[in-house]
Amino acid sequence: MLTTIYACLFYGATAIFLAGMVLRVTRFARTPAPLKIPTMPAPTTKSGVAYRLLREVTVFESLFRANKWIWAFGWIFHVALAVVLIRHLRYFVQPVPSLLALMQPLGVLAGFAMVAGLVGLWGRRLIVPRIRYITGPSDHLMLALLVAIGCSGLLMKFVAHTDIVAVKTFFLGLMRFDIQPLPSDPILLVHLGLVATLMIVFPFSKLVHAAGVFFSPSRNQVDDSRERRHLAPWAAKLEADRAR
Amino acid sequence: MDAIVPGSDADRLDPLEIPTLCPGAMAASQPWSASPDHQKALGFPGELVDDWQNVAIAKMGELLEKNRALRVYLDSCVKCGACTDKCHYFLGTGDPKNMPVARQDLLRKVYRRYFTFTGKYFPGLVGAEELTKEVIDDWYSYFHQCSQCRRCSVFCPYGIDTAEISMAGREILDAIGKGQKYCNEIIGKVHTIGNNLGLNKNALRSTLEGLEEDIEDATGVPVKLPLDQKGADILLVTPSADFFAEPHVDGLIGYAKVFHAAGASWTISSYASEAANFGMFIGSYEQMRLISLRIREAALDLGVKRIVFGECGHAWRVAYSFLNTLAGPFDFLDQRYPIPQHICEYTWDLIQKGALEFDKSKNDHIRLTYHDSCNVARATRMGDQPGGQFEIPRAILKTVCNHYFDMAQDTIRDQTFCCGGGGGLLTDELMDIRKKGASPRMKALKTVSEDHGVTHMAAICAICKTQFAKVMPEWGFERDAILSVHQLVSNAIILHKPEEENDDDR
Repeated sequence: MLTTIYACLFYGATAIFLAGMVLRVTRFARTPAPLKIPTMPAPTTKSGVAYRLLREVTVFESLFRANKWIWAFGWIFHVALAVVLIRHLRYFVQPVPSLLALMQPLGVLAGFAMVAGLVGLWGRRLIVPRIRYITGPSDHLMLALLVAIGCSGLLMKFVAHTDIVAVKTFFLGLMRFDIQPLPSDPILLVHLGLVATLMIVFPFSKLVHAAGVFFSPSRNQVDDSRERRHLAPWAAKLEADRAR
Repeated sequence: MDAIVPGSDADRLDPLEIPTLCPGAMAASQPWSASPDHQKALGFPGELVDDWQNVAIAKMGELLEKNRALRVYLDSCVKCGACTDKCHYFLGTGDPKNMPVARQDLLRKVYRRYFTFTGKYFPGLVGAEELTKEVIDDWYSYFHQCSQCRRCSVFCPYGIDTAEISMAGREILDAIGKGQKYCNEIIGKVHTIGNNLGLNKNALRSTLEGLEEDIEDATGVPVKLPLDQKGADILLVTPSADFFAEPHVDGLIGYAKVFHAAGASWTISSYASEAANFGMFIGSYEQMRLISLRIREAALDLGVKRIVFGECGHAWRVAYSFLNTLAGPFDFLDQRYPIPQHICEYTWDLIQKGALEFDKSKNDHIRLTYHDSCNVARATRMGDQPGGQFEIPRAILKTVCNHYFDMAQDTIRDQTFCCGGGGGLLTDELMDIRKKGASPRMKALKTVSEDHGVTHMAAICAICKTQFAKVMPEWGFERDAILSVHQLVSNAIILHKPEEENDDDR
């Protein structure tokens, strides 16, 4: 019964996550940008823009210039999350590549770093009046969700172990549409339930910033407005009335 | 918030000092409403329409379909707080709704309520709100406390530009009949007369003739300021403030002297006698396009080969970034030159070629700094390289002036502050917010003045010049301590009198 519920939950969450994100991204992609609005100075070539975006998503360049504390906590959280996600790949592949096996201790370390980064960000929301002012219930909930996911994961690693081999069998089974039993340890169920929740809310929340950054005209446009005429389809229609 | 007492020498002023939050401090700051006539002239409803709520939401939906920036920016903010201390109006007022993210949220909360799943079903959770009269009131106050300077977009990890949000907000306000007098009246003047000031052709001609006489009296050189001269090579499009007041007009004299020294054939157009394009301020692509098309018409009518823009901040944004889109293609112009070209690019090009001579000592009474105008800095470029918009004006100033000093690095170039009067706020009823918004720039100026004895500040924007002439006296500077870049060029440039040339021939 429990196994069936969680299997359905993960199929549903994956479907909602993928469909939601595809919908968001196509909507971003289909909406025209009528004017050239890169924040200057901007790259004058496409490869320059690719490099600008790469810097934004890897080292958070603009955020670094803005505020060192937010940058530090935010960057630590995101990098640690990436490492943790990579670490978790071991539960989805068989056999486990040696590099992935080797980085497991790093992944555990990243688990702590991720929670630390989140706590730092949360602390700013509570302590700094400006940021407290702009923080809403959903901002707290999102942090709570992520912290709870991190903490429940760390608890399983260090306090209350689960039958990780069975968990892996469950997920490998899910991927082959061959449902295998899931251990019923409470912490595991909480951890997995929260992860599924995160996947479900992702496309409907501010977490779409992960896709938004690539579609931001102020960051992804080339500074070439004098050389190349940029014209949105709806704007081109206005030109019908032009005499010359 | 009390303003810093001018001239007090207690502590060194910190332009980036973060104020204590004062909720509602500027809620009452609103520009005057456009009259029904001004509204209707632009195709907007004369007064608040009956079903304003539906009209506003429909307009928002239309803008979301037409403008990717708006959609991405409304969806992507994570409330990280990076922008919270970046707006000069927040630094000057402490009003939390002047924090860029909070200003955006005024629109975002309504967007969420009507256009997102979570906002429809969990409004309290995600801060979604119905569009009420109070919200409209807040929009009218706070979208007119954004000068669309883009400083926030520099620091946002997703490049969210509050200018796009406030433009959309103003466009929705116009659509429901709640327009702003200053912008909409001026746009109407451009459509009927050709410029923001409402100078007709005859007034313009006599102004230019007067300037020709002034220049000849001062220099003995017959420098011309041609109007509507068909067949001229260069069409100069400059803000109409250049025809009207100091220090703007001294800049115009500077352009004329540069053209004269270069032996260029140029003209001003009475039809397109305005570089400024307030269509941008109200967020209207259509208005911006109509104003821009006047320049295309003038260029075609006069048969010019090049278009050069005078000193004007947002005008250069519309020219550099948008003109090709709005009124291009300019395949009838000489493709060997940038289309359009900034007067600073033009002058710097001549300087590099050695075509201009200067007597720098003519500016020795001036210890100078330079204010990067926000729209030039963060929305345009000059020259071939990114950042030319910072380097070229400075290079010109250092060529014509011996004593040049930059203000603090974190207040110039792409981190520059708006003067406080940009984005359609340069109107008397907004003087309070204008003065408060100018304070970060003024503090940086005060500091460079104490450190290096700086006496004057140059700028290349008509709005900056007007705004600073009003604000600088409050900070202990002379009213005329704000200068046009080409005013300094004008002071130092060496023009040869016709007789002198004859002397040389003998």
